[in-house]
Amino acid sequence: MSSAMSLTAIGLVIAATIGIGLFGLRISRTTSDFYVASRAVSPRWNASAISGEYLSAASFLGVAGLVLVNGADMLWFSVGYTVGYLMLLVLIAAPLRRSGAYTLPDFAETRFESAVVRRLCSGLVAGIGSLYLLPQLRGAGLTFHAVTGAPPAVGAAIVAAIVVINVAAGGMRSITFVQAFQYWLKLTALAVPIFVILITWRSMEHPVGLLDSLQGAGSEWAEPLSHAGGRDHPLYATYSLLLALCFGTMGLPHVLVRFYTNPDGRAARRTTVVVLALLGMFYLFPPLYAVLGRSFAADLIGTSPDTVVLELPSRIFAGTTGDLLGALLAAGAFAAFLSTSSGLTVAIAGVIDQDLLRSRLHRLTGGDYLAVNSFRIAALLAIAIPYLAFNLTKALSLADTVGLAFAVAASTFCPLLVLGIWWRKMSVPGAAAGLVVGGVAAITAVLVNVIGPPSGGWPKALFGQPAAWTMPLAFLTVIVVSKLTPHRIPRGTARSMVRLHTPEAVDVDRGLPPA
Amino acid sequence: MSTPAEGPRRVRVTSPRTSAARRPSTPAGTREIDEQTRLGEVYMYSLIQSQLRLALAVVAGAAVVLGGLPLLFALLPATRHLLVLGIPLPWVLLVFVVYPVVYISARIYVRNAERIEAEFTEFVGRK
Repeated sequence: MSSAMSLTAIGLVIAATIGIGLFGLRISRTTSDFYVASRAVSPRWNASAISGEYLSAASFLGVAGLVLVNGADMLWFSVGYTVGYLMLLVLIAAPLRRSGAYTLPDFAETRFESAVVRRLCSGLVAGIGSLYLLPQLRGAGLTFHAVTGAPPAVGAAIVAAIVVINVAAGGMRSITFVQAFQYWLKLTALAVPIFVILITWRSMEHPVGLLDSLQGAGSEWAEPLSHAGGRDHPLYATYSLLLALCFGTMGLPHVLVRFYTNPDGRAARRTTVVVLALLGMFYLFPPLYAVLGRSFAADLIGTSPDTVVLELPSRIFAGTTGDLLGALLAAGAFAAFLSTSSGLTVAIAGVIDQDLLRSRLHRLTGGDYLAVNSFRIAALLAIAIPYLAFNLTKALSLADTVGLAFAVAASTFCPLLVLGIWWRKMSVPGAAAGLVVGGVAAITAVLVNVIGPPSGGWPKALFGQPAAWTMPLAFLTVIVVSKLTPHRIPRGTARSMVRLHTPEAVDVDRGLPPA
Repeated sequence: MSTPAEGPRRVRVTSPRTSAARRPSTPAGTREIDEQTRLGEVYMYSLIQSQLRLALAVVAGAAVVLGGLPLLFALLPATRHLLVLGIPLPWVLLVFVVYPVVYISARIYVRNAERIEAEFTEFVGRK
């Protein structure tokens, strides 16, 4: 990989990101602009932006790395990331938009009329968001290291700094455009090298090794449930992973915030369908990198599999072609870190701003401050904490860390949202207990993985992929506690149900002023 | 208008279509919902139930199809390395087939969800 060329490409991505961000600054004036782009983003822009925000380091680098090492069972990662949006579409997309709230804690507060549930949600947004930011920073460090040889902390610091500048400067309005641009950049970056490889081989009439790793001897790797990579109980792990991804997507803080930028519930649904098409197109490519990597970059399996996407072109093409394609991929990878980190930072900064900072600033300054400045300070805090954690923790693979963030989301926000939207007998203690029980169970599993994973057998499988037991546990807790406390069902539940489910064309009292 | 004035009788100036049937200013259905009458509750309940049934149908379909694949690979080990056009079956399904199927399911879901909403809107009356 030529570092000069890659650095130029990364520099261009950063310049474009900041450039579009600055353009956003000129049209971003109110607090509402900062959070949700004043809800005036068209479905196509919005779908590109949602996909751009969603496709993180774990998708761009991590999936290919995991498939390279562990084989076919890891294909479920990209399937789960996509099906997660299908579940989000059918279970919560339109009602969530109709709830009229800005953030997840806002939703919890208006639905359950409880400050306690709101605070629990705020804490979880910050926790899940930080857990998800960690692998983004690690991916940035890894890419920077692969390109220049500089220590990973430098690359992570660069991404953190750009994200803060961009988010603090323009908030959501500017990152909507930044992220839409970054989806198409990421897709191009992954697709072009594959097409160049296919065309070159076609003209040579020797597709050497293209399918070697999938067929013939030594292809146990290509079979599902094969224990490749030393994973025990692959069937359990597959189901648990699938559950975490399918039901965790809806609970990711940056995904939820993004839905409020749709003009109405119907647009929220239609946007999600476009998102599914965009994600499906993108996820065709990472497995192809893994298959080719198996033949051309087998040495990475033991050293740093997460860089296979970046290394592959220079392994196949000597000279300028390889360098150019490598530079394109490095640029795409940086786009992935920047867009996901920006979205997460906006979401975390939103809750820090609203629930921690603003009231204190108000007391401190006697009201003599700008609401927007409170958001800017919050943005700085939101990324500083994961950056510190990045420097303190040791490496888990990118997609595995992200998988754990999904498991926590599936065990906390998924029951809150799904039952909160569809079940009118959910009580306030039920909601709170579900968040606490699901959160404690899933976060314990995460900590066990980070601090000292069990060596093997069922304990390793159960803690490595916790969703299969933590998510049902959370649902059960909500249902049982709600049944035991029927007198604590929020009084406004009927009105909330009207607000969540009636189409905008019907003129009814929604209990809140239309936003 | 409640106190009849003296002098020349007032003439009501009206549009020619007053005799045509007019919709009540507030449609009955939305008033039932707003006032949370039993009938209004029934309207809302039936809307939520139809949407929930539709959503759960999609979830169940995904569970059977996606959840069935690992089971298929576990129970019939031959399917793990069966080649389709030179590519193992699991790869064909998980890399190529699954995404169009998901997209088409989403399209069908949205069409049905919008139909349920359109019927509800017609039934209780629009703005």
